[in-house]
Amino acid sequence: MLVLPLIVVFVFSFGARGPAGGYAPGFSLENFMNLGARWAAFKNTMVLAPVGTLACAVIAYPLAYFLALRVSAKRRTLLLILVIVPFWTSILIRSYAWIFILGGKGIPALIAWMGFGSIQLINTPFAVLVGIVYGYLPLMVFPIYVSLEQLDKRLLEASADLGCPPGRTFLSVTLPLSMPGVATGSMLVFILLMGEFLIPAMLGGGKVFFVGNALVDLFLQSRNWAFGSAVAVALVLIMLVTVTAYMRATRRWAGGRADVSLM
Amino acid sequence: MTDKIDYISREKFLAELMRYKKGSVSRRHFLGVTGLGLATSVLGAALPGLRGAARAEGSIGDRVVLASWPNYHDPANFDAFTAKTGALVDLNVFGSNEEMLAKLQAGGTGWDVFVPTNYTISTYVELGLIEPLDMSKIPNYDAAAFDPRFAGPGTIDGKIYAVSKDWGTTGMGTNTSHTNGAPLTSWKEFWDITRAEFSGRTTVHDYQLTTIGNALKYYGYSFNSVDPKELADAEKLLLDVKPHLFAITSDYQPAMRNGDAWLCMCWTGDGKQLNRDMPEIQYTLGKEGGEIWSDFYAVPVGAPHRDAGYALINDLLDPMVNMAETLFHGQPVADSRVNAMLSAERLADPILYPAAELLNALEFGAAQTLTNPDRAELMARFKSA
Repeated sequence: MLVLPLIVVFVFSFGARGPAGGYAPGFSLENFMNLGARWAAFKNTMVLAPVGTLACAVIAYPLAYFLALRVSAKRRTLLLILVIVPFWTSILIRSYAWIFILGGKGIPALIAWMGFGSIQLINTPFAVLVGIVYGYLPLMVFPIYVSLEQLDKRLLEASADLGCPPGRTFLSVTLPLSMPGVATGSMLVFILLMGEFLIPAMLGGGKVFFVGNALVDLFLQSRNWAFGSAVAVALVLIMLVTVTAYMRATRRWAGGRADVSLM
Repeated sequence: MTDKIDYISREKFLAELMRYKKGSVSRRHFLGVTGLGLATSVLGAALPGLRGAARAEGSIGDRVVLASWPNYHDPANFDAFTAKTGALVDLNVFGSNEEMLAKLQAGGTGWDVFVPTNYTISTYVELGLIEPLDMSKIPNYDAAAFDPRFAGPGTIDGKIYAVSKDWGTTGMGTNTSHTNGAPLTSWKEFWDITRAEFSGRTTVHDYQLTTIGNALKYYGYSFNSVDPKELADAEKLLLDVKPHLFAITSDYQPAMRNGDAWLCMCWTGDGKQLNRDMPEIQYTLGKEGGEIWSDFYAVPVGAPHRDAGYALINDLLDPMVNMAETLFHGQPVADSRVNAMLSAERLADPILYPAAELLNALEFGAAQTLTNPDRAELMARFKSA
């Protein structure tokens, strides 16, 4: 059941477009030869997915740190709920809100009013990045929060007792020990971002195109299921390679750090 | 608010529920003490859809699913339909005929009625995706009252597969406060100004027929061309223009209204709606030509609420209802019974009824553009560029 759709996509990717669209059986590598026609979509995805993941991590880490180590238990619950609350509404609705915030009557109007000239924010890569960070931040905050929460506080005391300044303690104790959370969150966000299509469609105005958007187009507009399947197979392969390399790298890194423990 | 506590605690509710289930209290007591009876009757009165189909004569079910276009129906007419029949109208909005075709080809749309454009109907019939209409269920359709130029494409091999909704043109909407008051008048100007003074301010449809068609008009080619050389020229123009576009979207009214976009590829009705609210936005046709179209109501094969679908079509073709529709969406209708009721001023509106020499240059979309793989792939490449 899990692999059946993948097999269908794999078989389709060697076929052809039907006369009125859809799929016609066949065997050729033509669809794969044509992948270059979607280069811009692959490029956008492969740039904005890692950049978006990194931006999420950079913003989520201080937030998670604050929640796990700097807030009283009572306020922590409230703040954690506030982080989850946006998830209760569809991302579609929340992206619409961003359309207004980033549109000509929103932030650009404020900037113009302050005398900094007119700029366009909506339908740019920046708008898509804002939408990505906003949409995926909770998925990054929680794994990091959990790893910081479980961190043995006695390690921090030990470090301080042995005369280590707070900044150094953070860099050589807290940060390394919370890296598994960062790694998990990054993996989660990155994989989902590689398949994202809604945020670029809403905040990119059809101008910032992801592979996900190219797929939606191929299946829901130009009805070329065979080429669409080839694009999907290519995306799966790219993910497979990237994610494997990432896991190898984090495992090797974690292996080198296995000595950090109290016991 | 009253000062006594008039809600029921969770524990009390569960206790009452158990008592009711065991049969020790009556249903009336249970509904009364928990407040559920009151809630049900209030909801029932406020939301007609919850009252179910039982009260509707002939019982057409409690909902009907309509696939249509943006800004294309008067919500008040749907409310009236629901009040009359008990069926809620569930509206799905699309930006292109290709998107509708793709959904129908994939199957399981759940649609009862949809709104295809003239040039797509023969393909739907060939693919067996729409049914010949049961005209006995649409008594409000009087073939003699409809202008055959616009209603004709609904009939294939003598069978009526689709009935006329309205017709219109595809032109451009210019916010003339950025052009010293003069609207654009040609597709040449449209594409040229987009790459110059209007850079970042123009929207084009997310729709191969009109976006490619009007790029072809830049060179004076046919709007419907599938000639590879002519399409290659159109692609060159589109790729050149792309960085200067504000957006590729078929729902361009919000951007035009808030001032982000100054120029849009525009359908009659949107042009009328924009001009009605913001007179500085003017609707014009390209003098080289472009598209004239007519839209229809059709029923997909296997519509889940078929009776409700027919009831909705019939209701929307009631001349009084159709008049309210045309006044709302601003597209002209082909029904002479409706036109007889409209004011002379309305019938002389140049947005709805352009001058003859402009109309004569327009082309109806051709069936081959819907299924042509080159046009489909060109549009997809343009969007992903």
